[in-house]
Amino acid sequence: MTRALITGNAAAAWGARLAGAEYVPAFPITPQTEIIETLAGWIDAGEMDCRLVTLESEHSMLTAAGAAASTGVRVFSATSSQGLLYGMEMIYAAPGNRAPFVLVNVSRGIQTPVTLEPDHNDVLATRDSGFLQLHCATCQEVLDSTLIAYRLAEDHRVRLPALVNLDGFYLSFTREPVDIPARTEVEKFLPPFNPETTRFHAGEPVSQGVVVLGGAYYSYFRYEQHLAAQRALEVYAEVAAEFEQEFGRRYDAVETYRSEDAEIVFFMIGSFSTKAKDAVDRLREAGQAVGLVRPRLLRPYPAEALRRALAGKQGVVVIDQNLSMGMGGVLHGELAGALYGQPGMPPVLASFIGGLGGRDIAAEEFYEMVEVTRKACQEGVTPPPRLLYTADELRQMRKLQAVAHAERREDAA
Amino acid sequence: MYRIRFHGRGGQGMKTASRILGSAFFLQGYEVQDAPRYGAERRGAPIFAYVRAARQPIQERGIILAPDLVIVADDSLLPMPAAGVLQGVTPRTTLLIHSSEAPETWRQRLNIAGSLLTLSAQAEPHFAGTALTGAAARLVGVIMRSALEQAVRQELAGLGEETLSANLAQALAAYDGMAAHAGQVSEGEASAAVACPRPDWVDLPLDEADAAAAAIHAGATSVEVRTGLWRTLRPVIDYARCKRCWWVCSEFCPDSAIKVSAENYPEIDYEHCKGCLICVAQCPSHAITPIPESSEVKP
Repeated sequence: MTRALITGNAAAAWGARLAGAEYVPAFPITPQTEIIETLAGWIDAGEMDCRLVTLESEHSMLTAAGAAASTGVRVFSATSSQGLLYGMEMIYAAPGNRAPFVLVNVSRGIQTPVTLEPDHNDVLATRDSGFLQLHCATCQEVLDSTLIAYRLAEDHRVRLPALVNLDGFYLSFTREPVDIPARTEVEKFLPPFNPETTRFHAGEPVSQGVVVLGGAYYSYFRYEQHLAAQRALEVYAEVAAEFEQEFGRRYDAVETYRSEDAEIVFFMIGSFSTKAKDAVDRLREAGQAVGLVRPRLLRPYPAEALRRALAGKQGVVVIDQNLSMGMGGVLHGELAGALYGQPGMPPVLASFIGGLGGRDIAAEEFYEMVEVTRKACQEGVTPPPRLLYTADELRQMRKLQAVAHAERREDAA
Repeated sequence: MYRIRFHGRGGQGMKTASRILGSAFFLQGYEVQDAPRYGAERRGAPIFAYVRAARQPIQERGIILAPDLVIVADDSLLPMPAAGVLQGVTPRTTLLIHSSEAPETWRQRLNIAGSLLTLSAQAEPHFAGTALTGAAARLVGVIMRSALEQAVRQELAGLGEETLSANLAQALAAYDGMAAHAGQVSEGEASAAVACPRPDWVDLPLDEADAAAAAIHAGATSVEVRTGLWRTLRPVIDYARCKRCWWVCSEFCPDSAIKVSAENYPEIDYEHCKGCLICVAQCPSHAITPIPESSEVKP
């Protein structure tokens, strides 16, 4: 094992390398490109025995990934944002083949307008696809989750593709100390892929992706994917326990931080959750009983673990780094669905939208979200959803609009 | 925790500089987070990079708002508000500027109460990043000379022995030159939750769709953006050598910044030339030469 300063992108590449990925279909997109560049460099230098093929689009890339996985090789690929959306037809198609592979998504806000910086609307667009989803908060977690994702995806009780998500910039281009295990250590945890019946041999013809008319056949196949994804919860717990035994790092499906005796907890995914931990520490110093509950696993949804973690809390600060137009935060709605009607659940789930397009969430905003939620708990009234947006930001926006619209229009007239 | 911000222009090596400093801290046993920050990659545009180093695992992320040390590789960025060089600078922040002007001049110009140091502008400006890193390593006082050397070797491995040793010499010379200020930059405290000002949140109004669409209602707006400010090297045409072929340089210019006069002479629009130097490479009669932007010779 070596401990090195590497970016989240390099950590993802190390995950693929240590997993012994045999085939990487690739297409570049910022902020993901460094992953496939790193893999290409290793393959070129003979340090990694793998076939990397550049395809002409993400749609083709994901088609190749799904097809190659069906032949029984270990497949890795990576994309981001518009690329993920461009490949979306195959994202939804691949899980039904029940052939496992791992896809890393480096979160980046989607257009319009165009940005390069992160939020989670890209990855949440794959929410209902059948892909399992692991969400990372640190560069270490990116490497480790990639290994865990292969074990989970390839387990014969599951056999679904898995997506590992990391935030652009805040992880992708940020170096942090990462323990890089030796290949021999990893092989004990993740042996070479045993494809069982997932294979394609010339003498054994197979037709995939068949047509089934009449809703009952269709319902069967779709619901089987759902049951397999649910089964992955139990498998995840086993795999995470083995991972901890092998590497000493614990990755529960739901991470809890100082939440045991907390009255109010933050609920969020992604790299900004380490900022929330910092806010928890500062608030604890000020005598406030605050904690953090963070689902690492978003699909399958760890509803039972969340209910255990949130039982008896007064209020939850739900921070959505995404936006479902006309509805609000996706995590907020899902959490409400998991808690509603269950005994002992927190009465207040306050909804906050923040960090869209990589907008920072400042320390004082974490403190204020707790303050708003505490007040709501006292008054017994859930506050309306709040976009984290300051008066100064609106002033700057108005200035930009003046340049883009009014002044120019007057010029034209 | 040490919070250090680097400001420079794309191509000046700020990402590499921040990585050298990050690695030096790491080799010294610190937990480290370092990252560059830029938009669509472009040479000469203002960028910044940052390094956090602490004895405990680092939970903070993103932009450093309360820096202990701000390093400026290009002093032309200081008066540029968009570069945000002075953001969060307080009297306990040290400013280290790569400049040929005296610290007193900058202290007066910027009306800075805290410590302000300069590193004399290098004859070869591409060494500024490594030299500033060497100086910064000494300013924090906890990085050994040997750790700095190892970090430079690590981060510049692959650039060849000649480039490596030249950069190493610059870094170590700057490290030695800062001896009088060793340990001047200290770790900033985490600000307490109780002392924090409350955010000034607003409710966004529903605007007319026309105003709320991400559109610019005018043509040729790129003319308004003086991308010539991004240039670090300036292509200069020697009209004595120009064969008046009328098309090669202007055709290859990716920014349409070379126009051809009625007499078939090319003219460079320096307001918008970004200094990519494709024209220099393409000119068949070698009539275009690059000169450093800071050079006294103007066309």
